[in-house]
Amino acid sequence: MPIEIPKDKWTGNIRAITIGATSADGGTRTKAVTVGGGTTMPYLQFEAPTPNKPVIAIEIKSRKPEDWSPLLAEVWGEAMADPARWAKKAEEAGADLLVLALTVEDSVEDAVKAVKSVLEATGLPLIVWGPGQAEKDNELLVPVSEATKGERLVLGICEDKNYRTIVATAMANGHLVQARAPMDVNLSKQLNILISDMGMPKERILMDPTTGALGYGIEYGYSVMERLRLAALQGDAMTQFPMIVTPGFEAWKTKEAKVGEGVPEAWGDWNARAINWETITATALVESGADIIVLRHPESVKRIKEAIEELIAA
Amino acid sequence: MALSGIQIYKMLPQTNCKECGFPTCLAFAMKLAAKQVELSACPYVSEESKKQLAESAAPPIRLITLKADGTEVKVGNEVVMFRHEKTFYNKPGLFLRLKASDPDIAKKVATADAYKVNYVGMDFNLNGYAIEADGDLSAAVKAVREVTKRPLILIGTDAAVLDSSLSLLSGESTLVYAADSSNYESLADVAKKHKASLVVKADSLDDLADLTQKVQAKGVEDMVLDLGGKNLGEWLARSTQARRLALKSNFKPLGYPTIFFAAQNGLDKEAVYASQAIAKYAGFVVIDTFAPEMIYPLLVLRENIYTDPQKPIQVQPGIYEINSPKPESPVLVTTNFSITYFAVANEVEGSGLPAWLVVTDAEGMSVLTAWAAGKFDAERIAKAIKGFNVADKVSKKRLVLPGHVAVLSGEVEEELSDWEIRVGPREAVDLPAFMKQALN
Ligand code: B12
Ligand code: SF4
Repeated sequence: MPIEIPKDKWTGNIRAITIGATSADGGTRTKAVTVGGGTTMPYLQFEAPTPNKPVIAIEIKSRKPEDWSPLLAEVWGEAMADPARWAKKAEEAGADLLVLALTVEDSVEDAVKAVKSVLEATGLPLIVWGPGQAEKDNELLVPVSEATKGERLVLGICEDKNYRTIVATAMANGHLVQARAPMDVNLSKQLNILISDMGMPKERILMDPTTGALGYGIEYGYSVMERLRLAALQGDAMTQFPMIVTPGFEAWKTKEAKVGEGVPEAWGDWNARAINWETITATALVESGADIIVLRHPESVKRIKEAIEELIAA
Repeated sequence: MALSGIQIYKMLPQTNCKECGFPTCLAFAMKLAAKQVELSACPYVSEESKKQLAESAAPPIRLITLKADGTEVKVGNEVVMFRHEKTFYNKPGLFLRLKASDPDIAKKVATADAYKVNYVGMDFNLNGYAIEADGDLSAAVKAVREVTKRPLILIGTDAAVLDSSLSLLSGESTLVYAADSSNYESLADVAKKHKASLVVKADSLDDLADLTQKVQAKGVEDMVLDLGGKNLGEWLARSTQARRLALKSNFKPLGYPTIFFAAQNGLDKEAVYASQAIAKYAGFVVIDTFAPEMIYPLLVLRENIYTDPQKPIQVQPGIYEINSPKPESPVLVTTNFSITYFAVANEVEGSGLPAWLVVTDAEGMSVLTAWAAGKFDAERIAKAIKGFNVADKVSKKRLVLPGHVAVLSGEVEEELSDWEIRVGPREAVDLPAFMKQALN
């Protein structure tokens, strides 16, 4: 008996967005990455194919992070002290693109130098985050943006309290922005509207719904992402942006990933648990519609890439 | 699909005889629709109407209960595609698969059965065991039954073998895996005889729907679906399709929970496969590896996905001792939203500094959410300090408020006039530094 499978018919779709400019487009990247373009809920190939597969970014820092888990320090080793070397290693680990996070200790010169050295070391498209303090973000991101004009970097992280300067410099220099709102559909829309109203083209906005780690609020992010995707498919233009999520950052903050000693025996092997924490957080976000997944551990990168291949192959 | 009062009224005798205790059949029908009375209160309903009403009341995805000596697992009975539409109700059962031929099976089950992990004040365990009949199944079942009281799934194709093993489990509700088009008749007979649930398996949803109807015609109502699928993508599609057919088309032949084997494509994929199954509608998730470092995060994921979006996970309000506080240690105050509690507790614990952490009843909301909603104010904070007798534990009455609610400090001072009120940093990460520098 043939069954009629109920199919959803949507009027909207996620915008396809390209990060990184090759020499043909006035940049120096050896390849650009395009994400988004989806016309169904994630991976429902029986309704329509997934036009662009989600990609993995590996997060590196402009200087050796002192607060990262020793497990991460072990896998990245010496390379952590040099963003160019770290970037190369990340590329070898399978990154489709990179996130370079600047720090509060960086001077303007340090920041520009770090960004340039990463661009020289690999041909991957690049996302640059400020240290996360409004004034310092603006102080560093503006010169970085100017020094890399035309590369189609992503600059972030824009939030409702600090987006104007970042958006303005990204607009002036041909870059994109990452717009983060705190796990709320309306707040996401509102920030996207504010950014668009400044004149930023819609092909240059990535939406960051804010990621919670497994066990620490992932359910809010998970549902907000599903709701944002549904709204986009229903035709709400201000939610039709690809989503970037940060399970690496969130998962490696948790005690489960960070702490090896003095924790319950029922938590099991530390290294495997930490990697599972990152992978399982990331898997849930992939299921709820993430387009760019920012990770930290090479093993997680491998596993999530495999999962994505299987999801789009079906 | 639930019927309206008017639709139900049309199926009643419409004589207004009042024997049900209501003045009219319509009044009774309205109460029925609201599920406030039982149909049996009317002695005159026709058999035909009874059947129709029972069918309409049946949940779109059948509730399947596995039961052993005192423990049970319920799956199915779900009503939405996305958790934000209402909630997901019955958490998938997490089962560990073992082989009957394994000489260490009892030892392995005993170890797994003792496994218990605490998350946000709740203890989680595995839900049961799946035993594969690759050796003497009855011997394995006997051995396993001696070390666990949790429900079992028996995996086999030989009806006679399953029959004798199920005889050892009388009084329990077991799940039998799996009937396909070649063996469904004999397996359905065995399942029926032992009141077991039966997994039905086919290569496509079309075939699966045919088969569930055949099994049902053999008298088995409690079924579980194995949807097949060669990888994550195929399984996601089938799982979504089956759920949609049940929920949106009220298609009864696929209105059953599903079972998923997480290690089917290799142990290195097990954690990711199980995660997708948990997020995307599986009823039973079977794993092959007893690895606490995988089971703990999977149980947490299951809890997160199945949390009612309207009711956040909470911790018990009270006074928590961190790093063995002394009478002179500071008192920190926060809300009972589990994430908030853990953010603060983890930081303080990690710093090694002793503190008393007072968790107020803020109805499970974060600091700012609770403050905005009027659930975390001076009055509630004072009530907690007094109610938990915090003053009896400390020699130095020093209370630290979260930086985000600095505006409350004046009012808290009024409510707790004999306490020194301090405003802490906004984020928990900055607490250790604050405690070292500002609280000495
Ligand atoms: C998720 C969320 C919700 C969820 C609820 C989650 C929950 N269980 O609480 C939902 C969607 C239900 C919700 C509802 C509302 N929300 Co709300 N919500 C948020 C959001 C996005 C995140 C909150 C969160 O979980 N934070 C994480 C936790 C861990 O943070 P936290 O509790 O503050 O704890 C941190 C610190 O305070 C500190 N800390 C905690 N305890 C202590 C103790 C000490 C001693 C110290 C030193 C530090 C410390 O450590 C933690 C980590 O750093 C915020 C925006 C934001 N980014 O904050 C808005 C936010 C809190 N919500 C807000 C509002 C207004 C509301 C609503 C009133 C209206 C609405 N927006 O719908 C309702 C109120 C609820 C009701 N009436 O029932 C506003 C509050 C405005 C304000 N500044 O006063 C915010 C800030 C959003 C905004 N910018 O408008 N919300
Ligand atoms: S008992 Fe039945 S027939 Fe009589 S009034 Fe009630 S519903 Fe109607």
